[in-house]
Amino acid sequence: MTSLFEYNFMRLAFAAILIITPLLGILGTMVVQKKMAFFSDALGHSALTGIALGLLLGITGPSLAMLLYGLVFALLLNAIQRHSLSSTDTVISVFASGSTAIGLAILSKGGNISSYSALLIGDILSITRSEVFSLLGILLVTVLFWCLCANRLVAISIHPTMARSANISVRLMENVFSLLIAAVVMLSIRWVGILLISALLIIPAASSRNISCNMREYHVYSLIFSMFSGVIGLVTSYYSNVATGPMIVIVASIIYFATYFYGRRVK
Amino acid sequence: MKQAHMKKLIKPCGFHCVKVKNLGVSFGSQLVLKDVNLHVHCGSILAVIGQNGAGKSTLIRAMLDEVPHTGSIEFKNVEDGAMQKIRVGYVPQHLNIDKSTPMDVYDLMASFRSRFPVFIKSGKLHAEIIEALKVFQAEDLIDQPLGSLSGGQLQRVLLSLSVMDDPDLLLLDEPVSGVDQNGLDLFYQNMVYIRDHFDVAIIIISHDLQYVRKYADEVILLDQTVLAEGSPEDVYASEAFRKTFGDISIPGQESPSEMQTGAIKITHRSSRSHQAEGEYTGLYQGKHRTEDIKETTRTADVRGGKS
Repeated sequence: MTSLFEYNFMRLAFAAILIITPLLGILGTMVVQKKMAFFSDALGHSALTGIALGLLLGITGPSLAMLLYGLVFALLLNAIQRHSLSSTDTVISVFASGSTAIGLAILSKGGNISSYSALLIGDILSITRSEVFSLLGILLVTVLFWCLCANRLVAISIHPTMARSANISVRLMENVFSLLIAAVVMLSIRWVGILLISALLIIPAASSRNISCNMREYHVYSLIFSMFSGVIGLVTSYYSNVATGPMIVIVASIIYFATYFYGRRVK
Repeated sequence: MKQAHMKKLIKPCGFHCVKVKNLGVSFGSQLVLKDVNLHVHCGSILAVIGQNGAGKSTLIRAMLDEVPHTGSIEFKNVEDGAMQKIRVGYVPQHLNIDKSTPMDVYDLMASFRSRFPVFIKSGKLHAEIIEALKVFQAEDLIDQPLGSLSGGQLQRVLLSLSVMDDPDLLLLDEPVSGVDQNGLDLFYQNMVYIRDHFDVAIIIISHDLQYVRKYADEVILLDQTVLAEGSPEDVYASEAFRKTFGDISIPGQESPSEMQTGAIKITHRSSRSHQAEGEYTGLYQGKHRTEDIKETTRTADVRGGKS
């Protein structure tokens, strides 16, 4: 059996996992706290539309097109959420499906839609050195943002009006947070996959919630679960020849159920 | 004996006042509030009453600048007429939390009152928050998860939070769920305590006419605009009040000395039971009731010694 780190692509993949998982682990705490699971799902699904529109508009590089579309789409979803009178879930679902359908329609026009199927499950083994560094950049931005703004986001999640009374600009914070999620989702989707990005964002935080009593524990466990799932998933996928993304989510799901039953006994 | 804990014993100066002038709110074509004028001095409690949908909550949200509105909200020093920037404290009816919310009382207070990251523990902030909680004898709760608090306990935490940065105006939604009659009595006693010991004006959105009569200094009856205002006696005797709530007898109207909590049942159209919603009701009622009653007695003792 060959050693895990013999290959350069494995070393890069390992580095990428050590960056992506804490990134999603941190953001996930607030996505779950603010009940935005649906939001991140919708964002993930809209990635294809970004690529499609990028092709139409002649934007070079699918990443840039996805990123731009993701940012616009996030602001759009926020606006809908604020103004819609009917159930937000339903409206977001309609917009997400509509947007995905448009993307699929455009991509299928040339008949080579299957070439985009790799995006569905992602491929972390194909990541390059410069892409790892760009991920590292967004991790640093996120950590900085978190240190400055986590309190305000928590306050908003507890009661927006009360946050307003404490002079917190609710709308600005929500928009900035959504943009950050959009950027992170779009930049990591090629490695994690459209189908699973939302899972990686939600499951570690949800597991942490099962056993945490305060914000310190919540953050620490979410980080640990996220990174643990990532590393174990990558190693397992290497030896079992299974795609990495799904393997990570399987490990994360096992942790979720373990903490669920543990938490019910303890908490 | 608890008095030693009180960190602030400021008497209201009586010279500050909050004036709302010609406040109006519309959602699209729907007119929710128009020409609302109200005026409250520091050291007094103003209760806002009205039917469901009369715009009471919208009034609060407009005063917090959360919804677009016309008109103005002024904070004035009556002595020299100087205008100042107003600090507003707000206590909601309920929070977006459930049993699984991974937050303790420290997290709640820190997230609203500090910029130091809540996910890193700060000893200094912890000590400050304990001090703030002492105002309502809630210091023992600091490390308790929010989901495990009884309605009464959470109420005391929220009140401590609301007066933590010395607001000029306190806006409150009277709790309608998770707090029983004794809890509600305690809530209003705490209001009186805040009124008498902080330099702050208080506006309570209330659903309970008997408590308003007992504790409020002034009342306004709201339905899109102010229908009646003045002392509780005046407002309750007004034609507008009779039209809004129908013919109801508020015990105590004849003989105020008979007013006792629990002995009175009012049935008016916006009955409390219709409003009790979600979150706490199922979780807390019953289980913590005896505890709340004990708290009532204890705090009543403490407060009783003061007046």
